[in-house]
Amino acid sequence: MAASAHQLRIDLTVNGTVHGIDIDPRTTLLDLLRETLDLTGTKKGCNHGQCGACTVHVNGKRVLACLTLAALCDGADVRTIEGVGTPEKLHPLQDAFIAHDGFQCGYCTSGQIMSALAALEEPWGPDDAAIKEAMSGNICRCGAYPNIVAAVQEVRKSAEGGRNA
Amino acid sequence: MHEFTLIRAETDEAAVSALTAHPDARLIAGGTNLVDLMKEGVETPTHLIDINGLGDLDRIEARADGSIMIGALSSNSSVAWNADIQSRFPMISDAILAGATTQLRNMATMGGNLLQKNRCFYYPDHNARCNKREPGSGCDAMDGVNRMCAVLGTSDQCIAAHPSDVCVALRALDAIVHVKGVEGHRAIEFADFHKLPGGTPHVEFDLAHNELITGIEVPGLPFAANSTYLKLRDRTSYAFALVSIAAALKLDGDTVDDVRLAVGSVGTVPWRSAGAEDAMRGAPATAATFSKAAEIFFEGAKPRAGNGFKIELAKRAIVRVMETLKEQAA
Repeated sequence: MAASAHQLRIDLTVNGTVHGIDIDPRTTLLDLLRETLDLTGTKKGCNHGQCGACTVHVNGKRVLACLTLAALCDGADVRTIEGVGTPEKLHPLQDAFIAHDGFQCGYCTSGQIMSALAALEEPWGPDDAAIKEAMSGNICRCGAYPNIVAAVQEVRKSAEGGRNA
Repeated sequence: MHEFTLIRAETDEAAVSALTAHPDARLIAGGTNLVDLMKEGVETPTHLIDINGLGDLDRIEARADGSIMIGALSSNSSVAWNADIQSRFPMISDAILAGATTQLRNMATMGGNLLQKNRCFYYPDHNARCNKREPGSGCDAMDGVNRMCAVLGTSDQCIAAHPSDVCVALRALDAIVHVKGVEGHRAIEFADFHKLPGGTPHVEFDLAHNELITGIEVPGLPFAANSTYLKLRDRTSYAFALVSIAAALKLDGDTVDDVRLAVGSVGTVPWRSAGAEDAMRGAPATAATFSKAAEIFFEGAKPRAGNGFKIELAKRAIVRVMETLKEQAA
């Protein structure tokens, strides 16, 4: 994208770090994360809001970074997959994806995990059908769906057990 | 994407005057539809006016008279999960949750949903003719792939089906669209808000370029507590409707006392039939009555080669939904 005469400056927090960045207003949050901040864990799949690979959290809600203009994120708090767990200490959901083989090629996985993290905080029901509906915005072309549901269910049940304990 | 200048509106008045000053400006809230169409080069605004900072427009106010005022900037998710919406107008919640995905519903606003563009395959395709995208160019859907297109309210210029789920529920509930313009406030009946294509399919709304939707009022309707939304589609989730039914039913013993019925994805606008509802009021609440109403609903329907199946599908869906509501009411 050529430099624009319409440049503007935004401040946003990504995974706890504050960034002040000059952007072309056409820049999507997805491109900002990947190309400017080198946070390439968030993936570009369809780039049209149909696949969910670019799912991130903005101000605590899961959204599609490909349809989000970065210019509208001034002052926002963004969380990406890089802000979930560490290689040494994975988030329980990441552990569950490994335990249940919730991926094959892995391209959709960061979006799946960001979606599932949010879904566990949303008022969905406890059964598999509810999990599937909650996760329907994340496409997995390898077809790991049953394993993804199993991974989400494991974390949901253990969180539920924790609350009831 | 074409270049644009971003304007951040702090007040309703500032948004309206920015629109007035820039004839090719667009308002942006959630942006789920607009940003996508800007990427496709279908929307090429010179200015985007960010209205996310307008205070109070994201409120959902349940009033003592049974009505609910939904601020235009309320996200689809916040409306769907709102306890008052769920208890007073379950069809609204059902309809929203049947559409798109959580990520999109978290972003998309109610005002934006009203302005959602059609999903006819030919609309965003610059290699195809489309009278909505390019007035006077023609319509490739007419004799092309028209499986998703409308059978009611069509013209020789356009057969695109209205794509929204929640607008079907809002049509059934006689919602009122509140807008603000240079001259002040205006209230528009939902039935008048979306325009039939006729000879000008690119004119889609009763909304001036420099008017801002501020809220959607859903008038009180106690029997809408017994309402639902059924969506039939090619996939179980995340697909546009083939047909959808928004309905509410009130019984008096075994008789239909009152009813609301709107059908989605069969019309060029969210569709309602006074004749179909009149045929049910005062009649026995039986499959025969519901079936007769469904016949009346589709009188005058004009299928094209690929979408005739919608008529029978919708008729059966109407009967199924009315039977479900009858059981719930009993």
